[in-house]
Amino acid sequence: MRTPIAYFLLLSGILFALGTVGVLTRKNALLIFMSVELQLNAVNLALIAFSRMHNDLTGQVLAFFSMVVAAAEVVVGLAIIVAIYRRRQTVDVDDARELRW
Amino acid sequence: MVAAEAIPVSAADGALGLLWLLPAIPLGVAFVNLFFGQKVGRIAGVVASLAVLVSFGIAANAVRELLALPPEQRLVVQHLFDWISVGSFKVGVDLRLDAISATMILVVTGVGALIHIYAIGYMHGDPRFGRFFAYLNLFVFFMLMLVLGGNYLLLYLGWEGVGLCSYLLIGFWFEKEENAEAAKKAFITTRIGDSAMMIGLALIVFHFGTLDFEPIFGAAGEVLSNGAATAVALLLFAGAIGKSAQVPLHVWLPDAMAGPTPVSALIHAATMVTAGVYLVVRSAPIFEASSIALDVVAVVGLVTLLFAGVCAVAQWDIKRALAYSTISQLGYMFLAAGLGAYAAAMFFLVAHAFYKALLFLGSGSVIHGMDEEQDMRKMGGLFRKMPVTAVTMILGALALAGFPFMAGFFAKDVVLEIANTNERWGFYVLGSIGALLSATYIGRLIFLTFFGKPRSEQAEDAHESPAVMWIPLAVLALGATFGGWLSLGPEGRISSFMEPIVGLVPEGEAGLGRPIFYAVAVAVTLTGLILTWWIHGSGRVDWLAQRERLEPLPRASLNGWYVDRAYDLLFVQPGKTAAWLAAFVVDAKGIDGLVNAIGGGVKRLAQGGRLMQTGFVRSYALAVFVGAVAVLAWVGWRL
Repeated sequence: MRTPIAYFLLLSGILFALGTVGVLTRKNALLIFMSVELQLNAVNLALIAFSRMHNDLTGQVLAFFSMVVAAAEVVVGLAIIVAIYRRRQTVDVDDARELRW
Repeated sequence: MVAAEAIPVSAADGALGLLWLLPAIPLGVAFVNLFFGQKVGRIAGVVASLAVLVSFGIAANAVRELLALPPEQRLVVQHLFDWISVGSFKVGVDLRLDAISATMILVVTGVGALIHIYAIGYMHGDPRFGRFFAYLNLFVFFMLMLVLGGNYLLLYLGWEGVGLCSYLLIGFWFEKEENAEAAKKAFITTRIGDSAMMIGLALIVFHFGTLDFEPIFGAAGEVLSNGAATAVALLLFAGAIGKSAQVPLHVWLPDAMAGPTPVSALIHAATMVTAGVYLVVRSAPIFEASSIALDVVAVVGLVTLLFAGVCAVAQWDIKRALAYSTISQLGYMFLAAGLGAYAAAMFFLVAHAFYKALLFLGSGSVIHGMDEEQDMRKMGGLFRKMPVTAVTMILGALALAGFPFMAGFFAKDVVLEIANTNERWGFYVLGSIGALLSATYIGRLIFLTFFGKPRSEQAEDAHESPAVMWIPLAVLALGATFGGWLSLGPEGRISSFMEPIVGLVPEGEAGLGRPIFYAVAVAVTLTGLILTWWIHGSGRVDWLAQRERLEPLPRASLNGWYVDRAYDLLFVQPGKTAAWLAAFVVDAKGIDGLVNAIGGGVKRLAQGGRLMQTGFVRSYALAVFVGAVAVLAWVGWRL
């Protein structure tokens, strides 16, 4: 007896919603970043669930890709955040808005 | 015209193989003089003259070889290289030597060489001496290409080239504004005709698929319908009208006298302006395929002959008088060609080249001796001061007036005789009036210049020109005196030489008998000469006062009957207005306005649009989120 796919998707949806709310409401760049990671993991979860449902490994392979890309993205993103912090002693994204208009 | 039999084309070999050197030498020397002429001074003129002399030698030799061939084989084409080759359309650089071009190359190089020699004296001390001779040689090159070209494109190349040289040489003393203006006027006016001619060439390509003379002339009658032939012929003739300064495009030639006198003699009397006559004679089969083209040519020639003659009678400037005389004489040539007497037109061309070059060079000598004074009112009594110039010029004048047994006598009377014997009375009577005008204006010029009392200080102190200037005058005077003997009657040598190419002179049987005809011709000439002697030479008439009584006719005639002013009002001013409108209204307001409006609109749009860039990362994230949801919703709805 397998766990129904709906449960996985529900969990994935909740995680994704949490991440989205985090991205949209937080001002701290690090927290926004973490929320983005949450969204990514929500998607990974959905992929794996579908993979299992279809008995097809493609979904898992895709999840691995996603994790690798996310790791690379973390490196770049954190580096940018560190650079911003060194420059202005804060990582509040609302302060970093010189490139408007 | 009695249709000329098709002549087999002979390849150029032997001495004729050197034909290409004929234009090549002046071209080469022109470039040498252009680059080094300034440094070597007077030698530039000597080298340039030698180049043309050598060309003359080659030309004479080539013509001798040509004459050695039997008359029905006198057509030699030297193919140098392919110029254009597009599909089946080919244009080669072919030099074509036949009776017509043989005559022309002898005139161009012979008279050209004499004028070069003369110019060494005339241009002495000019700061751009070397460049002058470079231009002259370049002109000789283009003129030779024009007459030797074996297809219309090569002819057109030479045609435009001589136009360019004419422009450069009229404006040679460009420091004076009016000279530069005259150069522009000459170039633009002839360009009007040239544009029509180019359309004519395009029509030829359209109908024949080639520009080579041989296939075109061989099939002109069959390929072209009457209408097409008329169109092509008249378009070509429009080019001739521009180049040969016929009414209504004659206005540039009197102004072209702003150039140095050797230029007036070479380009605007002896050679370039006769290119139009050459073109008509060359294209005779096309003109004959049309029912009216030749009549148009004859009428234009006649109108020009009379109109320019009337203008010439009233001129004070010695060179302008000769310029109008040239226009008038060119009218005779077109009249001859229009009557179908191509050989007569060519003979007239040769005779005219002699005596008109002589008259121009003589006038240059007079101007030289008078310290650059050109007004005949200030001359008078120069016969004693400049005997050689005076005697040679009088010979030239007699030739032009058609005095018996001089060149012009034969030339003119061949033309009039054809009109007479074919009973084309209008042409005969008006042509005779033209002859009377010729005798009158040239007699007036001679008596005003050389006889009577000196009417100014310069005339008192006038001096004869150096030998380098009067020797060419003497040689040309021989040509003007005896040149007519080349053609004693329509069966004369030039006519029979031309006959295989252009056919016989169409002499009729009717008309006045020979004795009456010649009596009338001589009477006309003598009337003109005696009349002018009585007015200007006898001292019994106060001609300035008499002229005063005739006003405003002389003034109108002096100003060319205000054709210039009419053109100014009709074309130049509206043209300038149109240009002003195009530049400052249509372009500045219309086109620029449209472009600026588009640019401004985009700018204003962007001004509003860029406010979306708030700089808040989270609002961007929200936009991405909303966008993603919207896309998903749309996809879901579609499924």
